[in-house]
Amino acid sequence: MSQKELLKDFDIQIIRDQFPVLKEEINGRPVIYFDNAATTQKPLIVLKALEDYYYHQNANIHRGIHTLAERATTAFEQTRKRAQSFINAPEKEEIIFTKGTTEGINLVASTYGRKFIKEGDEVVISTMEHHSNIVPWQMLCEETGATLKVIPINDKGEILFEEYEKLLSERTKIVAIVYASNSLGTINPVKEIIAKAHEVGAITLLDGAQSTAHLDIDVQDLDVDFYTLSAHKMYGPTGVGVLYGKRELLEEMPPYQGGGEMIKDVSFTKTTYNDIPYKFEAGTPNIADVVGFKFAMDFIDNLGKKQIREHEDELIKYASQEIAEIDGVKIIGQAENKVSVLSFVVAGIHPFDIGQMLDARGVAVRTGHHCTQPLMDRFGIEGTIRASFAVYNTKEEIDVMIDGLKRVVNFMKQ
Amino acid sequence: MTIQEEQDKIIEEFAILEGDQEMTNFYIMELGQKLPIMNSSDQTDENLVKGCQSKVWLKSENNDGLIRFHADSNTAITKGLVSLLVRVLSNQPANEILKAEIYFPDKIGMSRFIGTQRSNGFAAMIKQMKLEALAHSAIAEKRINVK
Repeated sequence: MSQKELLKDFDIQIIRDQFPVLKEEINGRPVIYFDNAATTQKPLIVLKALEDYYYHQNANIHRGIHTLAERATTAFEQTRKRAQSFINAPEKEEIIFTKGTTEGINLVASTYGRKFIKEGDEVVISTMEHHSNIVPWQMLCEETGATLKVIPINDKGEILFEEYEKLLSERTKIVAIVYASNSLGTINPVKEIIAKAHEVGAITLLDGAQSTAHLDIDVQDLDVDFYTLSAHKMYGPTGVGVLYGKRELLEEMPPYQGGGEMIKDVSFTKTTYNDIPYKFEAGTPNIADVVGFKFAMDFIDNLGKKQIREHEDELIKYASQEIAEIDGVKIIGQAENKVSVLSFVVAGIHPFDIGQMLDARGVAVRTGHHCTQPLMDRFGIEGTIRASFAVYNTKEEIDVMIDGLKRVVNFMKQ
Repeated sequence: MTIQEEQDKIIEEFAILEGDQEMTNFYIMELGQKLPIMNSSDQTDENLVKGCQSKVWLKSENNDGLIRFHADSNTAITKGLVSLLVRVLSNQPANEILKAEIYFPDKIGMSRFIGTQRSNGFAAMIKQMKLEALAHSAIAEKRINVK
């Protein structure tokens, strides 16, 4: 039976069976994996693709004329086409493989940024950015004399759109925003944000690390200039990401790193660079994991984003309701429009203690600042406990977490 | 009680928990709750133990040749772990602390339930306690020499 047929009824047990790691036991209890915003588990189809690649296809890609090289190159380039259709990019040459979202953002800041940003220019980000969408711009600003502007948010964890509009001017050159917040779950109104940025002539970048596995992504409809994503947060392998950029921008940008693959001709007096996307892909890439990534996108599409979203919405709604009934719990991030991220604090109990107590029951959550320290400062907290749900999670698993939480809270009250 | 005797007693106590992580966590937190409260004025950056993931404050004094440790943490489990070290090393002569081999964490399977990062923090805590014992013994020696 094809995977598509297997998954067509959205049977949760069949879905769970695709993820061998979910059969692991932690402290004698089945693992309950709620750390999906950090990285998702990988389905069989991806694991098999990785094995198949090394068993039957492994060779270095592009320049080789032998059969294995041809097989590896074909598989690698198939992922590029797949990623193109997955985010509806106009051309496959606009898909650049990276290590992940972080590298995608750094690539834009280092190349586009260094070439086009000058003293007096402004880069706009929001309060809820991940450090990876703060620090590269800070570095760029320090180097060029540009200024970093930050859009404030409300107590629910939503961008204050009017404040954003006030920040925009002819000095604004880049607006870099997270599509869905890793710490709060907030889905930002990125289409409107992009349109406003374009009105003042700024280019836009979306951090798609948390949105791509959950929302329909159409870079043409969004009219975004750069979109970055990480495969490992969408059921794919670690160490692979995509940077999408509009052709005219990518062509104007200088290369990111020098080396093999990114050149046309090299002599000691002059080097000419390759065309996009290869201009930005110096060195041997992470071929096997890129090949495996295609199957992660197939997996998502076979399930259907709509169905995934409905399932995850149900989980976040249920978990939010259940958790709100526990004494002292405060949900951090109560935006109207959210992905399946539940961040919370419990009065008088440190997040680390809760994380460790939940781990004792096999529940994997993340605790800390989630690489969003300025956001934690905004809420006046050191960190949160974050449960983030994926397609294979269930309400029964949420019940185990809630029960574990109640036990900790009761103990600490004594 | 000697350092060794105190460690053996801890090992015995933990054996009763039979490796149940949840019970162990609860027990460790209980131990932490029993640790005398450290004055907030002592919870300074200067007293912070470097290398711990959570905040851990450590202070010591020389009480007639015995080193007395005071410690606290902002997380309950860490505080409990710290209390074990205070129990083992507090009120011991500096030279005994310096030569002490701390073996109870391995015997109670601590690394298994606190993970690598916290184990590193625990090692940093032991190092800091030994450093403080060394400082106290150096001061004491200086006093004797001056006399």
